[in-house]
Amino acid sequence: MALRIVVCIKQVPDTTEVRMDPVKGTLIREGVVSIVNPFDSYAVEEGVRLKEKHGGTCTVVTMGPPQAEQALRDCISVGADEAYLVSDRAFAGSDTWATSLTLAAAIRKIGFDLIICGKQAIDGDTAQVGPGIAVHLDLPQATYARKIREVGEKSMIIERLLEEGVETMEMPLPGLITVVKEINEPRLPSLKGKMRAKKYELKKLTAADLDLQPGKLGLDGSPTRVMKIFAPPPRAGGEVFKGEADQCADKLVAVLAKNGVV
Amino acid sequence: MELDYGLTEEQLMMRDVARELADKKIRPVAAEYDEKNTFPWEVFKEIAASDLCGVYIPDEYGGAGGKTPIMNMCIVVEELSKACAGISLSFAATGLGTIPIILHGSDEQKKKYLPDIASGKKIAAFAITEANAGSDASAIETVAKKDGDSYILNGTKQWISNGEVAETYTVFAMTDKTKGARGASAFIVEKGTPGFTFGKKEDKMGIRASSTRELVFQDCRVPAANMLGKPGRGFMIAMDTFNASRPGVAAQAVGIAAGALDLAVKYACTRKQFGKPVMANQGLGFLLADMAMKVEAARALTYATARTVDKGEGRPTKYSAMAKCFASDTAMQVATDAVQVYGGYGYMREYPIEKYMRDAKITQIYEGTNQIQRDEIAKALMKEAVSGKDD
Ligand SMILES: Cc1cc2nc3c(=O)[nH]c(=O)nc-3n(C[C@H](O)[C@H](O)[C@H](O)COP(=O)(O)OP(=O)(O)OC[C@H]3O[C@@H](n4cnc5c(N)ncnc54)[C@H](O)[C@@H]3O)c2cc1C
Ligand SMILES: Cc1cc2nc3c(=O)[nH]c(=O)nc-3n(C[C@H](O)[C@H](O)[C@H](O)COP(=O)(O)OP(=O)(O)OC[C@H]3O[C@@H](n4cnc5c(N)ncnc54)[C@H](O)[C@@H]3O)c2cc1C
Repeated sequence: MALRIVVCIKQVPDTTEVRMDPVKGTLIREGVVSIVNPFDSYAVEEGVRLKEKHGGTCTVVTMGPPQAEQALRDCISVGADEAYLVSDRAFAGSDTWATSLTLAAAIRKIGFDLIICGKQAIDGDTAQVGPGIAVHLDLPQATYARKIREVGEKSMIIERLLEEGVETMEMPLPGLITVVKEINEPRLPSLKGKMRAKKYELKKLTAADLDLQPGKLGLDGSPTRVMKIFAPPPRAGGEVFKGEADQCADKLVAVLAKNGVV
Repeated sequence: MELDYGLTEEQLMMRDVARELADKKIRPVAAEYDEKNTFPWEVFKEIAASDLCGVYIPDEYGGAGGKTPIMNMCIVVEELSKACAGISLSFAATGLGTIPIILHGSDEQKKKYLPDIASGKKIAAFAITEANAGSDASAIETVAKKDGDSYILNGTKQWISNGEVAETYTVFAMTDKTKGARGASAFIVEKGTPGFTFGKKEDKMGIRASSTRELVFQDCRVPAANMLGKPGRGFMIAMDTFNASRPGVAAQAVGIAAGALDLAVKYACTRKQFGKPVMANQGLGFLLADMAMKVEAARALTYATARTVDKGEGRPTKYSAMAKCFASDTAMQVATDAVQVYGGYGYMREYPIEKYMRDAKITQIYEGTNQIQRDEIAKALMKEAVSGKDD
């Protein structure tokens, strides 16, 4: 069956380049390249693959500042059909609650059968936005999807990667999944994709386009308050035993015994 | 920053797509294919998926060649060759096999063969060389005898890049031996045609990811409709092809040189002797400076030649020969010097640099040895001097 797929993507700083300000305890954002949240690249790839296999459309959506446009274009270059930028000053200061509520309203407006999110964002790291969207839209959800086994008329069979193992479940459609990186290997941008991304006219949604009460948006709609941002103290280095292997082993066993581990 | 060669927005995209592909999909597997001496099918599929296969093919036949096909080809070949010249040859030798069809094919032939090559569904090859006909291509012994509305091919081609992996072959054979060089014709031969098989697979010094094979024709019946141009035009087609394809070899050489330079600079900045990075010694820094100058000069000559070929005015033989010869001599020199920069480590297979030296060598040999290129340049100079006008 043809699926209307909506993939939520977030623009994040490339964490391989991010440093913390040791004094202020905040991220140094200047000069850091922005990328599509890596987990969301897997979400986009899965959306594009499902569309290629079953027909339909793959639409990407992000809530963010105007600069997030580049992240959307990057998704077009790897096969997404349409891209929505949900952007408004009124959204500033949104926590995961307000973010997911706003995205839910935007996605309702776009229309969907399946919503795909990344497992988590590598900057915020809460893993709450995907499940939040599902709740706001009253949808079934399957988090940590590592494989979509089957897509039927009214449901899909999904393998979830959990700490204890793999769970296979059937999820009714419409629904929402969040994906882990085991699900696929994202493709590289193609030449035609890049050309289309360059010319593509982004679709934009503002607060006025969404059916939301003003008090539910941005900072006002965010119950979370950031008390303090700090870098956790680095872990104290462990103890290294040097010398002959069996002597080291004896020392190690002694220490473990002393601490009641063995 | 990079020198501004006035690349168009589209060309910059081609470069970026090729560069990312080279870094992420070619570099990690280059050593493995080199060692195994096998064709990189997995990588070629990636190249196809990236839409790069059509950058030198006319738009009306499924490509994106526009008005700058050869320049586009050079940009892509250079980027792929930075990571592995053997793998890049799957793309470049397809270009060599396809250019005769682009330049001299009929609309029907182009419609039939170019779209699948542009999409990367099919690979192409070019076959002129034989055991007794290398630099002297007019000595080819493969014959094509007219029989009704087909030609019967007999003979053996040697050292054909993309041999066996290609579906579409441009093959040169004598249709009239009595006419010498004017008796050769070019044919499109499809893999699987009865009487067309593959002989020896070569074990080479470098570009080991490229498939180099013999093509054997035994009473191989090819439709007359597959002849390119008119009978007897074979060598003219071959020469036209080389004029357009040699900048591609030059670009491959520039890629090898640039790739080797890049590794050498990084190594020289990290390897410490006498308590400091070896790069801090002027004696070595000057070597790297010379390497960098040569690479940029080779690139500039290659791009200028590609642009001139694309303009399509006059015969660019002299410049194509210059670009191919200069860039390949540069690649050999720079790759050898890069091994020097690595010292003893450079001599070890465990390090990536010696492969560049092995790969560089072929660029001085194929599509006409550099002696033949110099010969072409000298002939053109003489002709210009005698006639008082440009060739
Ligand atoms: C530097 C910094 C400052 C912050 N300041 C505040 C603040 O002042 N007040 C406050 O309340 N909160 C603040 N936050 C939290 C911010 O609201 C969250 O980053 C945001 O809600 C998304 O949550 P997350 O990053 O944990 O995403 P996760 O929940 O981990 O993301 C899971 C998935 O949801 C989707 N997704 C997440 N965000 C978006 C998006 N914007 N658009 C589209 N899809 C998305 C993606 O598919 C993603 O893979 C701050 C975060 C950071 C990093
Ligand atoms: C890896 C590889 C891939 C190849 N791929 C292809 C392919 O795809 N298609 C194809 O058709 N061919 C291909 N070739 C063939 C290649 O083009 C020839 O090897 C090349 O043209 C030289 O011919 P030769 O090897 O017979 O050398 P020879 O012609 O025997 O030359 C021997 C030496 O004599 C020199 N020499 C010859 N004539 C002159 C002269 N007039 N003046 C000065 N010096 C001269 C040469 O420069 C050389 O140094 C390939 C070869 C190799 C090694």
